[in-house]
Amino acid sequence: MDEIFDDIERWRALGQRVAIARVVDIEGSGPRDPGAAMAVNNIGEVAGSVSGGCVEGAVVGEALELLEGRRKAGITSFGYSDDEAFAVGLTCGGTIHLFIEELDW
Amino acid sequence: MTSIYERFRDLIRSEVPVALATLIEGPNIGAKLLVEKTGATLGGLGSEQLDRVVGRDAIAMLDAGTSEVRHYGPNGEARQHDLSAFIECHARRPHMVIFGAVDFTRALASQAKLLGFRVTVCDAREVFATRRRFPMADEVVVDWPNRLLERIGSDLGPRDAVCVLTHDAKFDVPAIVGALPTRVGYLGAMGSRQTHEKRITRLTEEGVTVEELERVRSPIGLDIGGRTPEETAVSIVAEIIAMRTDRNAPSLSKGQGSIH
Repeated sequence: MDEIFDDIERWRALGQRVAIARVVDIEGSGPRDPGAAMAVNNIGEVAGSVSGGCVEGAVVGEALELLEGRRKAGITSFGYSDDEAFAVGLTCGGTIHLFIEELDW
Repeated sequence: MTSIYERFRDLIRSEVPVALATLIEGPNIGAKLLVEKTGATLGGLGSEQLDRVVGRDAIAMLDAGTSEVRHYGPNGEARQHDLSAFIECHARRPHMVIFGAVDFTRALASQAKLLGFRVTVCDAREVFATRRRFPMADEVVVDWPNRLLERIGSDLGPRDAVCVLTHDAKFDVPAIVGALPTRVGYLGAMGSRQTHEKRITRLTEEGVTVEELERVRSPIGLDIGGRTPEETAVSIVAEIIAMRTDRNAPSLSKGQGSIH
């Protein structure tokens, strides 16, 4: 998380709102361990990462939805699954569970 | 008043161990409890009993530095699954102490920094142990190995490493003898098999037991045929990773024959 503090500071100084996505759990093979974090501001700028680049694009979408009030804070999962809902996957075949929330604490 | 985020950020930046528990399932999603090793807390998860249990768990997790989801009952009851907390732990950086201010030390110190270690270089010879030669090290100490270890040995733990690169029995024997009573996770000593045979004789004379000698990785590193200081550094940090993850990558110390 420490690698994203500088960007968060800069964004907050500009009055921007910030969403944070953190890896809380992985099943099978996952590129980043729990604790890996990514921040997205309300104009879609990104700091940090939660995978090897596989799901970051989708996380930006979720983060913007959260900041626009179209979704609530909570767990979002990405991985290979029979479920059609998992359109974005990890190439390594694992599943990652992210907790996405606004940085208002 | 300092917010939880500001406190969290400041503690991480100043390398003070800290855990942050966030409720991610159940009522009060997003509620937070920041926990320091001293037991000091900031914030709350909605119930005093829950805060107490999560705080205790977080402190126990801080040593290992691993982050994970834990499940609890509404008041912190174990074996219940009413709510889930993600406990994110930021332990101090692992510490690598390198004895011997030689060319291999430069490469190993750089490699260890890349992996997030705090690096101390120690040599009794002040012409070699200079900041100028080791700008990448966090600390350069001019002293005898046993004296440095008397000062810092009790702080070393399973995530830390002691690498003895002196190639000189006068320095490496006291370094190994000083490191053996500590809880350090990795203890490696550079040298060929022949050098190590001679070193074993000296160590045995100093009262080191056969079981204690088992802890010393020598020749140091994995068997990847490394030759240059940089290649040797890769083989050493690779052995440290393999030991932590308990993988059976071939260590030079477990084999026979030429090390290059």
